[in-house]
Amino acid sequence: MAAIDPLWWVVGLIGLGTFVWRGAFLVFGRGLRMPDLVRRGLNYVPPAVFAALVLPGLMQWQADGTLDTPRLIAGAVAGAVAWRTRGTIPTLIAGMVVLWSLRALMPV
Amino acid sequence: MSPRRQALAAGLKAVAPMMAAITPFGVTAGVAGLDAGLGPALTMGMSMIVFAGASQLASIQLINAGAAVPLVVLTALIINLRMLMYSAHLAPYFRHLPLGWRSLMAYVLTDQAYALTISRVMTEDSDRFNHWFFLGVGIPLWVVWQLSTAFGYWAGTAMPPDWELGFIVPLIFLALLMMSINSRPGVIAAVVAGSLSVLGRGLPAGLGLTLAALAGIAAGVLAEGRRGGD
Repeated sequence: MAAIDPLWWVVGLIGLGTFVWRGAFLVFGRGLRMPDLVRRGLNYVPPAVFAALVLPGLMQWQADGTLDTPRLIAGAVAGAVAWRTRGTIPTLIAGMVVLWSLRALMPV
Repeated sequence: MSPRRQALAAGLKAVAPMMAAITPFGVTAGVAGLDAGLGPALTMGMSMIVFAGASQLASIQLINAGAAVPLVVLTALIINLRMLMYSAHLAPYFRHLPLGWRSLMAYVLTDQAYALTISRVMTEDSDRFNHWFFLGVGIPLWVVWQLSTAFGYWAGTAMPPDWELGFIVPLIFLALLMMSINSRPGVIAAVVAGSLSVLGRGLPAGLGLTLAALAGIAAGVLAEGRRGGD
């Protein structure tokens, strides 16, 4: 028997948990109660995890040891657009257009 | 046209403009699965089993960064926690349906399906066939999501690396980050976690990311406490 990739467990658990959220009232009919400190901590999971994911992606060092400036600038502009518009599509457009323009202007 | 069909058609009509918006996300989920080396089965399996874009992208990123399994699962479930609110809001309108129907609806429940359905049930368009409207919205979203993930996975290798389409993923999280910050403690959580994850990028197997996120969460709770809480 071939070994099963352990990542299937990750996918399965996320899928199961998400179904529990989706069905909490629609299917199972009862709410969930959480301790107050946990609930307060959960509020900060999205900003903390997203920031931890995003920042290393925006600050990348090139092979010669210099910072990838176009990426950082594109990220900063996209961040400002995201803050103002609170929308994903304008953020994507702003970030990619700035990145492509800077790459065209400053060839490696 | 029977009222059942009318409700279904109204759902299809309402969801049509949203297709253009979810396609790039689905494609990105496919490309992200490819980039992270998940393989076609896991990438498609995730789209079918989880079927929730932001949580899929976040968990693929975390898996790729080598984060601990509990952090991956916890993050995805927190991102999807809003579904609980949708479920609570929709449930009273569909209580009369059999379990099979309600389970199917729960499986295809998304931001878009909730938003469109709740605006129907709260107006005079509401009738006994609201669940057909829900399916008219939910099923096309599901199909387009699967097709766009598959397209992203298989076309990902064909896209020129010069386009740097991989940059879309941090940009999506940047947008989600900005939307998730709604208080001062939220800013503090983000700043602490973000700077620590840059500093800790050299640590093995995503440890830096996990520790940075935990420190950010703690900083947020502490900042809230110091302010007196609310």
